[in-house]
Amino acid sequence: MLLIKCPWCGERDMVEFTHGGDATKVYPKDPNATTSEEWHDFIYLRENPCGEHVEYWHHVAGCRQWLKVRRDTTTHDILTTAPADGDLDT
Amino acid sequence: MTGQPWRLENGGHIDRSCSLSFAFDGKIMEGHPGDTLASALLANGTHLVGRSFKYHRPRGIFSAGVEEPNALVELRTGNRQEPNSLATTTELFDGLEASSQNRWPNLRFDFSQANGALSRFLPAGFYYKTFMWPANLWLTYEHFIRKAAGMGIASRESDPDRYESRSAHCDVLVVGGGPAGLTAAMTAAEIGERVIVLEQAPHFGGWLRREKRTIDGSPAMDWVDAVSTRLSAMADVRVLTRTSAFGYYDHNMITAVERVQDHVPKSDPFLPRQRLWSIRAKRVVLATGAVEQPIAFPENDRPGVMLAGAARTYINEYGVLPGRMAVLQTNNDNAYRSAIDLLDAGARVTAVLDVRDHVDGHLPNQVRDRGVPILQGYGVVETKGYFAIRQVLARPLVGGPVRRYDCDLLCVSGGWAPQVHLHSQSGGKVVFDAEKGCFLPSEARQNCVSIGSAAGLFTLKDCLKGANGDDVPEQAIKPTWSLPNAPGRHGKRFVDFQDDVTAEDVALAHREGYVSVEHLKRYTTLGMGTDQGKTSNVIGLAIMAKLKGQNIPAVGTTKFRPPYTAVSMGAMAGRAVGHHFQPLRRSPMDNWHHDNGCKWVDAGLWRRPHFYTRPGEDVNSAALREGRTVRAGVGIVDVSTLGKIDIQGPDAAELLNRIYVNGWKKLAVGKARYGVMLREDGMAYDDGTTSRLSENHFIMTTTTANAGPVLAKLEYYLQAVWPELRVQVACVTDQYAAIAVAGPKSRDVMQRLIDLDISNDAFPFMAAAPCCFAGIAGARLFRISFSGELAYEINVPADYGQAAWNALLETGREDGVGVYGIEAMSAFRIEKGHVAGPEINGQTTIGDLGLGGLQSEQKHNIGKSLAIREGLIDPARPAVVGLVPVDGKTWIKAGAQLVENPDAPPPVAMLGHVTSIAYSGELNHPIALALLSGGKERAGEELYAAFPLRNEAVRVRVVSPHFVDPDGERMRV
Amino acid sequence: MLKGGLYPSVRFPQMEAYELTRYSIFSLIKQGLIRHTGWKRAWRNPEPKAAYDVIIIGGGGHGLATAYYLAKLHGIHNVAVLEKGWLGGGNTGRNTTIIRSNYLLDPNAHLYEHSMKLWEGLSQDLNFNVMFSQRGVLNLCHSKAQTDAFARRGNAMRLNGIDAELLSRDEVRKRIPELDFSDQVRFPICGGLLQPRGGTARHDGVAWGFARAADQRGVDIIQNCEVTDFIIEGGRVTGVETTRGKITAGKVAMAVAGHTGVLAQKAGLTLPIESHILQAMVSEPLKPLLDTVVTFGAGHFYISQSDKGGMVFGGDIEGYNSYAQRGNLPTLEHVISAGVSMMPCLSRVRMLRSWGGTVDMTMDGSPIIGKAPIEGLFINGGWNYGGFKATPGSGWVYAHTIANDAPHPLNEAFTLERFARGRLIDERGAGANPALH
Repeated sequence: MLLIKCPWCGERDMVEFTHGGDATKVYPKDPNATTSEEWHDFIYLRENPCGEHVEYWHHVAGCRQWLKVRRDTTTHDILTTAPADGDLDT
Repeated sequence: MTGQPWRLENGGHIDRSCSLSFAFDGKIMEGHPGDTLASALLANGTHLVGRSFKYHRPRGIFSAGVEEPNALVELRTGNRQEPNSLATTTELFDGLEASSQNRWPNLRFDFSQANGALSRFLPAGFYYKTFMWPANLWLTYEHFIRKAAGMGIASRESDPDRYESRSAHCDVLVVGGGPAGLTAAMTAAEIGERVIVLEQAPHFGGWLRREKRTIDGSPAMDWVDAVSTRLSAMADVRVLTRTSAFGYYDHNMITAVERVQDHVPKSDPFLPRQRLWSIRAKRVVLATGAVEQPIAFPENDRPGVMLAGAARTYINEYGVLPGRMAVLQTNNDNAYRSAIDLLDAGARVTAVLDVRDHVDGHLPNQVRDRGVPILQGYGVVETKGYFAIRQVLARPLVGGPVRRYDCDLLCVSGGWAPQVHLHSQSGGKVVFDAEKGCFLPSEARQNCVSIGSAAGLFTLKDCLKGANGDDVPEQAIKPTWSLPNAPGRHGKRFVDFQDDVTAEDVALAHREGYVSVEHLKRYTTLGMGTDQGKTSNVIGLAIMAKLKGQNIPAVGTTKFRPPYTAVSMGAMAGRAVGHHFQPLRRSPMDNWHHDNGCKWVDAGLWRRPHFYTRPGEDVNSAALREGRTVRAGVGIVDVSTLGKIDIQGPDAAELLNRIYVNGWKKLAVGKARYGVMLREDGMAYDDGTTSRLSENHFIMTTTTANAGPVLAKLEYYLQAVWPELRVQVACVTDQYAAIAVAGPKSRDVMQRLIDLDISNDAFPFMAAAPCCFAGIAGARLFRISFSGELAYEINVPADYGQAAWNALLETGREDGVGVYGIEAMSAFRIEKGHVAGPEINGQTTIGDLGLGGLQSEQKHNIGKSLAIREGLIDPARPAVVGLVPVDGKTWIKAGAQLVENPDAPPPVAMLGHVTSIAYSGELNHPIALALLSGGKERAGEELYAAFPLRNEAVRVRVVSPHFVDPDGERMRV
Repeated sequence: MLKGGLYPSVRFPQMEAYELTRYSIFSLIKQGLIRHTGWKRAWRNPEPKAAYDVIIIGGGGHGLATAYYLAKLHGIHNVAVLEKGWLGGGNTGRNTTIIRSNYLLDPNAHLYEHSMKLWEGLSQDLNFNVMFSQRGVLNLCHSKAQTDAFARRGNAMRLNGIDAELLSRDEVRKRIPELDFSDQVRFPICGGLLQPRGGTARHDGVAWGFARAADQRGVDIIQNCEVTDFIIEGGRVTGVETTRGKITAGKVAMAVAGHTGVLAQKAGLTLPIESHILQAMVSEPLKPLLDTVVTFGAGHFYISQSDKGGMVFGGDIEGYNSYAQRGNLPTLEHVISAGVSMMPCLSRVRMLRSWGGTVDMTMDGSPIIGKAPIEGLFINGGWNYGGFKATPGSGWVYAHTIANDAPHPLNEAFTLERFARGRLIDERGAGANPALH
């Protein structure tokens, strides 16, 4: 059972969160200048790494903040977390 | 001690002063507190307790713990019947009822024992090679195979017991309350750490309860009692017995099940039967011990064949003599302790057969000194006896004459397997130690450490700290786990007792190429029984390694999966069953609906009034009546379940612009607007009205189903994508009760209750305003209409919902106000051609829904760019249309498929499907909405609404979906 | 294209020495009399050759079925199946063995129904009893809206020539009285949609049966051989690098389920796929308790009873990307609470084992089977929850696609390009969110 460190609440059990998908997929800053290939890439394509994955989680049953998490998909180790609009430590 | 002829006069941790009565296969027997069912059966001289899975061979009690493969019984009866219960761990209580299983008609005469005679035609995997012809008979074959397979019989009734779950946190979690675990727990507790100790047995002590050992010169149990008493008294220590740790999950989460009431005759209704613990520990200490392994020799499965350690457990822990004339087959020194304890208890040990060629250890010499012949390099080649063993035939492993030994007990020991399950579950690796002849935990993946015999450290010296045990040196084990048949003989050498997997089956798997560990397991079913191979996996592996000419590590081991021991599904489910499977959300007016004859309908987690019953009415006539009340005058409906999201901030309108397809910047304060939002991929997602209460304050409504997801999406965009937008959102669904008031007289009723002028000029269609309603401050009024009639929606603080509802009923009485449920409401929206859940089904675009015109060309919004992909604008896409029955009276069924010719041979081209149906009170005939390929182009065409599931097809005409008041004049008056 | 009925012994000299034993009651009795010492290997254990006509990556059900149909139907025998571990060790050996073709959307309905028809003769075709048990698959429904949605699907099935029956509450009760029909229930059962021809099969047996049958037709099945890279020359895949050396091939076809994304990356392809964990569980063996496959409509839960007697069940994916093949407790708790709520007598049944598989979830919940954007490379993946039931059908259309360098009409909708074109096959209407399919 994952223990996820919410930047606002501290370490909390995974049952308080929902997974929010690949966080490397960033909504285009200028949607009007975005090509259909870029939209397709954003919505559909996933690196789907076997290893470190940067992803969103939503502290939905807690502070309702979205956060970024770097997690290893082979071990489930959580390496670091940050606010949704922040940068993860590398 | 009459009636318990095998009970010893002294010894054991049982209470001889108290007798408990129990029944096995209907036979009443007696035991004592402290007994297990197995020890009590043995005390009464009952060895034969079950039949094996495949060959139905008679089987006896083989172990004294969770590793038991044979002694499985059906425990209790009726709705508490539990098949496959281990006699070896079931605590005896007064009135316990158990029966043997997998036999018919009875244990001694089992019809299916004929399988044994046919066994040479039923090797591992035989079923893959036959039962193929004729093909249509497989279900018949399978019927008999299924009946023959399975073990116990489960109850078909609801479980009357209750289960709980609990969470706990600690610094150190110790799994196992034997010498190593207790020492570790005390060490941690003494430096002030928060400690939890779990012990699967009813008492602490582990193997110290089962041996005659001393610590610091006193009986070892004195030490156990002292340490466990001290631990129990410490403030930051929690000790849990009867609690089996079964799972090791991510981030140091251990799960365990506590058997709170399985050992009591009559359960306390205020306690659960079992309790599931989820324990998050900073550090985990695995002191899970070891399980003795058997040896696969010919006919090693007779009742009376028992693990050596189990034999001395029955003597030392339960005061039961498992046999009066014993033979011991071993490959290690440790098993000689059993010979000593048997001798001490008054049994004869006729011979010790040791596969090792030179036996000169401390323990063997003690046995030898007491006159027991030790036959070095010997192995069993045959056993005699059907329901009980009576003779052992042995011969030198290198060949030689056969010797016969009469016996009623054959103890067997193949050394010890550390219980590395939890370590492996945690992600840790295991390695094979050739010298110790067992798998050991190696590097850990999580913050855990294995200690004591779980780590292959078998001496008390390795377990204790600050105390000294009576260890004696032991000679090395010889890792031999299978002994050959005598030449020309084919006695079955069982590896997995429960599933009847023999050494020959392993050889067959090897011959046929099923050589990887997983193939071996799956092909032969080795280790797949209820014991999960606790006494068979290592031996099977060793045999395969030998056949492959490899060492054991090269063959590998399978991963251990939760649970370590089987867990009742009730304990896993906890309280979230039946009524409590999911929470129930109720509107503030729920009680009123209930008291006034409403029939409920589930809407997600909510329940909503479907309709209000009157004598003689069904759903259709009730909805028709309710609808007519509205159309003729005024009616009210509870719409509190709709999602309500409060949106505030200078950029609120900008946010809405980006979320909805239509524009929001120009919406005036005091106005509401209908909006539709898309999913990122361009499909229609949700709809509702959003009102501007002030320059920077909006209230958004969502559908009931999407209230949560839409809020989460808004939060995502605001926090992750557009943090620069100055907007806050909050869910206020539960804070407001909402009532729609509809019908030509709705204004009259509302005006009498409200402090605003709501004339059409002062408060026109799509107006919105804060107000005081029926004396309730903080209310909000919206002039919106889902029904197509003149209508209002009033929101009041949730605690005043009932007051507002009552006020409307009271005030509207003279106007004949009625209440209506969502069936009538749904009929209104179908008459109006308003789309809802059945149309906004995740597979439709706004174009399909007839809402394409809402899309603003001036701005970007979520989903807009992908909504123009060719597949989403294809002219052949479905569009919402209306349908009427050509005969003007036949109901069209929701879920019917629209086809041109329902009688064509399949596959029949489907043009669309019926989404929503109603009886139009206005038109006096059934109507329907449908999604139809080509949509409006087909208006006037006649098609069939085919419902082959009921062999029906209704001829329908395609019409506009706007059946009633297409220009919306009524709601604007 | 290679066609024709060449016999293995003619075309493949190495097979001649390999006397095949046909499985039957007679061979079983004959072997019983000689204590089963005469059984041959179910498949050979060949060293990889330097070159093949076709390399199939992945020795699970789909890969082995593809090899079998390539050899059987398309005359392509010079085929290697490369498996990094042991045959059937991925999702083939980890699923809940349910077989059905009860789909709403035409492309799914036709593909899975084709698969169903292959299942119906598979044991005989392979001469290996895969224990395909047509005991029926029953989807319970719990509301009017759900009943309508099931009716829509059931009607579509019937019009597509697939069997389906809509059962009332009483009809469901008659079949399975052990379900919760009491008033102590959160979501009462309204009825159900039954596909009588649906059922279960012995998952390992399917892999072994296809392996044995493919091997008999000359296919080299090579275990413990992991593909580490693709060899791409002039924009065309010409072979693979493996842990057992370089192997060249005219065509290379992926069939690696949960590892599709990772493998495709080696060819420079990013796919609309995420890998997730799906847990499955089995109870202790019981005498027959449930004769049908049942799915709960008020929570994600499906259950059947294996021939050995274990109740085999599962539910949702965990919802986060993972290759760990290990799940966590909350999903297990949720799945089991759904199960006990659906069938209260399960409460006293004990869970014996749980395990996790890595499922390749696509962005519309439907698989991808066809040509990859690189010449000579083929892709078969993204089977979400439901790869097992597709095994023979998937192999059949994939073999056709590989042999003809073009998809069969049954799989032409399942392209990679459908996402860009908006031609999604989104059975549940859940959108581009793998956790919702």
